[in-house]
Amino acid sequence: METFFWIDKLVLVVLLFLISLGIAAYQTYFERKLAGWIQDRVGPDRAGPFGILQPIADGVKMFMKEDFTPANADKWLFILGPGIAMFTSLITSAIIPWGTDLQLFGRSISLQVAEINIGILFAFGIISIGVYGIMIGGWASNNKYSLFGAIRASSQMISYELAMGISAITIIMISGSLDLRAIVESQHGMNWNIFYQPVAFLVFFICALAETNRAPFDLPECENELIGGYHTEYSSMKLGLFLFSEYVAMFVSSAIMAILFFGGYNFPGMDYFTDSPNLLSILSVAVFFTKIFLLIFVFMWIRWTIPRFRFDQLMHLGWKVLIPIALVNMVITGFVVALYEHWF
Amino acid sequence: MESLTNRKVVVSDKPMTFMEKLYLPGILKGMLVTFRHILMRRKTIKYPEETREFAPIYRGMHVLKRDEQGRENCTACGLCAVACPAEAITMTSEERTNADKHLYREEKYASMYEINMLRCIFCGLCEEACPKEAIFLTDRLVPTQFERGEFIYGKDKLVEPVDHRIDITKRQFTGKRTTL
Repeated sequence: METFFWIDKLVLVVLLFLISLGIAAYQTYFERKLAGWIQDRVGPDRAGPFGILQPIADGVKMFMKEDFTPANADKWLFILGPGIAMFTSLITSAIIPWGTDLQLFGRSISLQVAEINIGILFAFGIISIGVYGIMIGGWASNNKYSLFGAIRASSQMISYELAMGISAITIIMISGSLDLRAIVESQHGMNWNIFYQPVAFLVFFICALAETNRAPFDLPECENELIGGYHTEYSSMKLGLFLFSEYVAMFVSSAIMAILFFGGYNFPGMDYFTDSPNLLSILSVAVFFTKIFLLIFVFMWIRWTIPRFRFDQLMHLGWKVLIPIALVNMVITGFVVALYEHWF
Repeated sequence: MESLTNRKVVVSDKPMTFMEKLYLPGILKGMLVTFRHILMRRKTIKYPEETREFAPIYRGMHVLKRDEQGRENCTACGLCAVACPAEAITMTSEERTNADKHLYREEKYASMYEINMLRCIFCGLCEEACPKEAIFLTDRLVPTQFERGEFIYGKDKLVEPVDHRIDITKRQFTGKRTTL
């Protein structure tokens, strides 16, 4: 039994790794395609039919480029930066419950790599480590623009992590657990948290945009002020890893948002499938991925709609608007939960 | 002061209302605009496969015309080269021998005729200067190249093939000149 357990997990880890990278690659394609459509253009369409081979061409291009390290850069930190960025965005997918259990070979296989009971804390911890990749990369480059980008990234992360955490606390209070699977189970069917916590979702979504360095919060890499921000000095696949980790982070944070607010793999009418668990499992995974893709679409849609913040506006929004809203929301939720549970 | 045009717009910096300060309605409105653009028809064309329709008087790549019997019109007078403001045209002339009578219409012809397409500004003055209706600008584009030298077009690229005439009727003057 023990060996089977490890084989299951190993297969799942490898699958997740490939899926995350594959989705990230095709996100770059879809991002460019969507940018084209919004700007009344066609978008990439030269590599293969409809340009679907574009990510592969981009990857090959990245690998063929000269891998350059600046003379005064700290060599080891320079290599470590993109590594940490990629590692932290990939590792979060380990705690995400991707669907209900599969029944195969007479065993019940869980579609979650690590069933830890403090899943959401783990996710927040890893997301905060994510800024180290950018920080170290920007610092090691020994370039003022890179350093500016790194400083902006870290101050942005610190400011928005607070509001993000506080808005997640409301969800924890409602479902009464830090375990991601328990949070998902508590939203059975159509009983999604978004209907109880629209304000928390709004705050969480804005913070997720900031945490993944997506527009309109992409100040760490804004081209017109900082050249390339923290990845100014990077080239070849080290740059590729930085850019790729952003897309993986987007995928993972969409998954976490789907879990916290949109019921994860739950869908209305899932009780009809209780006697065929495998069908239910496959359907739940499909539903979960549909939710993730819709959220990713919204991420990209926003990117190609609104312009970038100025840095003081960013700080103003983070500290003076989002944190008070999240705090008030948390206090009200606490009172309502207490009343509901007859604690008074 | 009274403005001369009626295009003056008064700029207002009135404080934002509460709804405007929320920003979210504005952002949603903007997102609706971009979403409508996703569904719109694309305004670009896929260039190498399709090309835009050119104006009838478009001035593109030159052609050296032949007459009805397939003889070259150019007599190497050099007026086009003199007229050219970009100094893009050069040629050497030669006398026609009896054996070449079916190739060239006049007694003198251009043994070498070159246009540097990188210098050319496609103004069409060569065409205007030509007394023999030999050079015309057409609606064809000069294709891109990797080497500068390939942009110097000789007679092999400029003279129209006998069996594949280039239509220049759109750019021909009507009434003023008569064919010689």
